[in-house]
Amino acid sequence: MKYSIFSLARNALTYHENWTQAWRSPPPRREYDVVIIGGGGHGLAAAYYLARNHGITNVAVLEKGYLGGGNTGRNTTIVRSNYYLEPNAHFYEHSLKLWEGLSADLNYNVMFSQRGVLNLAHSYADLDTYSRRGNAMRLNGIDAELLLRDDVERMVPLLDCSPNARYPVMGGLLQRRGGTARHDAVAWGYARGADMRGVDLIQQCEVTGFTRNGSRIDEIHTTRGTIRAKKIGLAVAGHSGHVAAMAGFRLPIETHVLQALVSEPVKPVLDTVVTSGAVHFYVSQSDKGELVLGGDLDMYNSYGQRSNLPPVEHAVQSLIALFPCFSRLRMLRTWGGVMDMSMDGSPIIGKTPIDNLYVDCGWCYGGFKATPASGWCFAHTLATGEPHALNAAFTLDRYGLGRTIDEKGGGPYPWVH
Amino acid sequence: MMLLTCPHCGPRDVTEFTYGGDANARQPADGASLEEWNAYVFLRDNPRGPHDELWQHTAGCRRWIRVQRNTLTHAVLGSAPASGGRA
Ligand SMILES: Cc1cc2nc3c(=O)[nH]c(=O)nc-3n(C[C@H](O)[C@H](O)[C@H](O)COP(=O)(O)OP(=O)(O)OC[C@H]3O[C@@H](n4cnc5c(N)ncnc54)[C@H](O)[C@@H]3O)c2cc1C
Ligand SMILES: [Zn+2]
Repeated sequence: MKYSIFSLARNALTYHENWTQAWRSPPPRREYDVVIIGGGGHGLAAAYYLARNHGITNVAVLEKGYLGGGNTGRNTTIVRSNYYLEPNAHFYEHSLKLWEGLSADLNYNVMFSQRGVLNLAHSYADLDTYSRRGNAMRLNGIDAELLLRDDVERMVPLLDCSPNARYPVMGGLLQRRGGTARHDAVAWGYARGADMRGVDLIQQCEVTGFTRNGSRIDEIHTTRGTIRAKKIGLAVAGHSGHVAAMAGFRLPIETHVLQALVSEPVKPVLDTVVTSGAVHFYVSQSDKGELVLGGDLDMYNSYGQRSNLPPVEHAVQSLIALFPCFSRLRMLRTWGGVMDMSMDGSPIIGKTPIDNLYVDCGWCYGGFKATPASGWCFAHTLATGEPHALNAAFTLDRYGLGRTIDEKGGGPYPWVH
Repeated sequence: MMLLTCPHCGPRDVTEFTYGGDANARQPADGASLEEWNAYVFLRDNPRGPHDELWQHTAGCRRWIRVQRNTLTHAVLGSAPASGGRA
């Protein structure tokens, strides 16, 4: 059913009791052309674009829990394309352009809100780095504005911009087209769009192993039986290393937990996303009024999908240092998600040592904003067996070949990216 | 709060330590192949379960230690001086 003002009015007359389900829940078939493992935003978007862009609809998405219950439903929803290195700049800008038309394309409101993303500069060195990055962005056709302290003070009046501030504000780099989106809606919109085109979405279906036949995978073992597929796409985020081990190879990835928290809801006070690289902290206000804050990883390997006190303390300290007026807000909820931290901080979309298995992983902190472009490029790679121009650099073999894409220059220590 | 046991100082809050990553990555000999160097520098077992790892007790005795820890439950299974072999 197409959602519109008319369907809304029609359903209002019957007290919203007759809306049809947004997608089917079919039992798994024994064989598919493409099976995608992982029903997060990336897996669902890949299934959607396989059907929409390539006409491949004999597809299943296997999800061990519920759709969007992984990092897609746990992230702080910041969307931006303010990258310095060319492969990232073009990839994330394509993603941002897809975001700009996503609600209309999916016929589903993903509440994309271009409220701007502001990176604070706390030193002259920060300002230098930001002007360099901003110039690189503009050369790549991406919007960027360098702000000085007075501009920042006008734009974010609650921020402590006084000379005595704990973290003095010198200016910042602003991407006005950046912003936030409703994370669940992104998973649900892609799920519905894929289902409408014939894709089977199979929940409560965990992949537990593979039968290998030489350099191919013959069978996928799941908690709902054995499934065969001509091609398999792996999009399980923090579980990439675990599932790759079942298939018999290793990845340049470590799994780390990242946390976030929200305050009690208050009236609108912050109409942009504020981040600080130096403090390692970011905050925005959700449409419900909660302040959404996040910061560092816990800094050690973890599959424990839950929250922990030290990073919460760091995030709250940072919030109060930057915005002293928030000191009396109470925090409502904290949670964690397990991240696929790659060795250069950039993603991997492409081939693996196994002929019919492709990966989409290594999203680190930043994979939510990548969801549309990741799905787009992964679908292309699965459909044609070759990468799209936009993911050609994100190969698995780039590491050993010395072609890492390391925005931060952090080296092979995944937890620093 | 996670406690790590430093073999020199006893159980301490995790915030006293700095993480050093997988303790089983072994530097290949000079002249090893590109594949071996790639595996050492970049590829990880990344297990969901027991994991051998290096930590430095930066806010304590500043020595490097070797800890075995379950990455799913965060249970600490053992610790030893880094130079003293397995945790
Ligand atoms: C606290 C936090 C804040 C973040 N903030 C941002 C942000 O502001 N902006 C941004 O761009 N990114 C952010 N991210 C990162 C972003 O959330 C992720 O990179 C992105 O959502 C990954 O999407 P995905 O579809 O690859 O993974 P997921 O949504 O995690 O989907 C993977 C799915 O695979 C399933 N799965 C795993 N193993 C199996 C198996 N064996 N069989 C079947 N299914 C399996 C899981 O259940 C899961 O649903 C944040 C992440 C966290 C945790
Ligand atoms: Zn010690």
